[in-house]
Amino acid sequence: MEVPILKQGEVLIATFQAALSDADLEHLRRGLVQQVVKFRSRGVIVDVTAMDVMDSFASRTLREIAHMIRLRGAETVIVGIQPEVAFAMVQLGLTLEDVATALDLEEGLAYLIEKFKNID
Amino acid sequence: MVFVGLPQGDPGVLLVQVEAVRPKENRFMSKRENASRDLEARSNLGGEMGRSEAPSELLRELVAHLRQNRTLLREEWVVRITETRLLTAMTKEEIFAEATSVYDSYVEALETEAFEALQAYARNLSERIIPRGVETHEVVGIVLLLRDVLARSLFAKYQTDVKKLNRILDAYEPAANRIANTVAVGFVQERERVIRQQQEAIRELSTPVLQVRERLLILPIIGVIDPQRARQLTEQLLRGIRTNRAKVVVIDITGVAAMDVTVANHLVQTVEASRLLGATVIVTGLSPEIAQTLVTIGVDLGKMNTVGDLQGGIEQAERLLGYKVVTLAETR
Repeated sequence: MEVPILKQGEVLIATFQAALSDADLEHLRRGLVQQVVKFRSRGVIVDVTAMDVMDSFASRTLREIAHMIRLRGAETVIVGIQPEVAFAMVQLGLTLEDVATALDLEEGLAYLIEKFKNID
Repeated sequence: MVFVGLPQGDPGVLLVQVEAVRPKENRFMSKRENASRDLEARSNLGGEMGRSEAPSELLRELVAHLRQNRTLLREEWVVRITETRLLTAMTKEEIFAEATSVYDSYVEALETEAFEALQAYARNLSERIIPRGVETHEVVGIVLLLRDVLARSLFAKYQTDVKKLNRILDAYEPAANRIANTVAVGFVQERERVIRQQQEAIRELSTPVLQVRERLLILPIIGVIDPQRARQLTEQLLRGIRTNRAKVVVIDITGVAAMDVTVANHLVQTVEASRLLGATVIVTGLSPEIAQTLVTIGVDLGKMNTVGDLQGGIEQAERLLGYKVVTLAETR
């Protein structure tokens, strides 16, 4: 199942619907990295609330997405990681270093808006 | 780690079960062996008339003897207890009082062969003396001493009649063993009950997650942290972050003297997991020992936000959240 990418002002929002295959994740990565420049977006929010498992591939892909988008000139926030998932990830050593995280979509948006304000 | 885990299986219960099963087994066996015993009895008929006393009769004689010499034997027992330096946590008078009740319950158990009363007494005794630091080996020790004292008195009484002495001992030993067993098991069970109860209590009061300001949580940790409690703390904290929509969490570990490497690692993981939920964690009140542990396991200090004390932690949290505390005088 492909992940839809929504545009909301200066921000792109990708919401995971359910568990994704590796191919879906790669597709999402391509899509986000392309569209962030196409729409001249300044921020990207990836919402993983629906994911109750996060394997190493998904976690690495998320990190790659964040880093690639930074290279493309925008900020990424991962939002909605579940408490159990968070702890499982940390135990597996998947800590998403250097990637911004927030509690939910609202928080993520607030974070990005704050960030934009600081840059302006 | 200071915490002592309870063994999975409960040895006390196991023993009691064995105890409960045994009589059945005996009945079963006696049915099987009845035929051969009958034969034996018939062939012995008229041979050994002395065997006519039943074990219960012997026991009755034994009990009468113990009743008669109650004062003497009890005193000797107390002397032996003091000599072997058992029950040092108790005063002489207390030992004497307990010895009297134990002696009476002991004789009663021998007489009636009903162990429930003794078991209840053992549990009650344990309840009273465990908090005073009496050890298991002491309790077992005094019961074995009593067994020894009584056996010696039997030797003295029947030294002229070795056959009778043997029969008396045959009746006495199994009962005495069961009594020792019952008391020891009662003591251990009581001890385990206390440990379970305390563990439960610790678990219940161990993890308050408190909101002190909008989006600011405090997690004060006091006491020893074992891996189980650490896991529970993490769970509660992560859930608390979600439900309170916290942005900053102050974990105060002033009340934790030391933690081992496993728990320290767990703490670091908790900090990282909180970050994944979008919350910043500030750890306050690290003792020198814990600081040492964290340095030893090589914590990335860029990830850990630490402040000396709780006040400093809350102040920094407020700065992060954009609060500024001013006195009323300043606002005028």
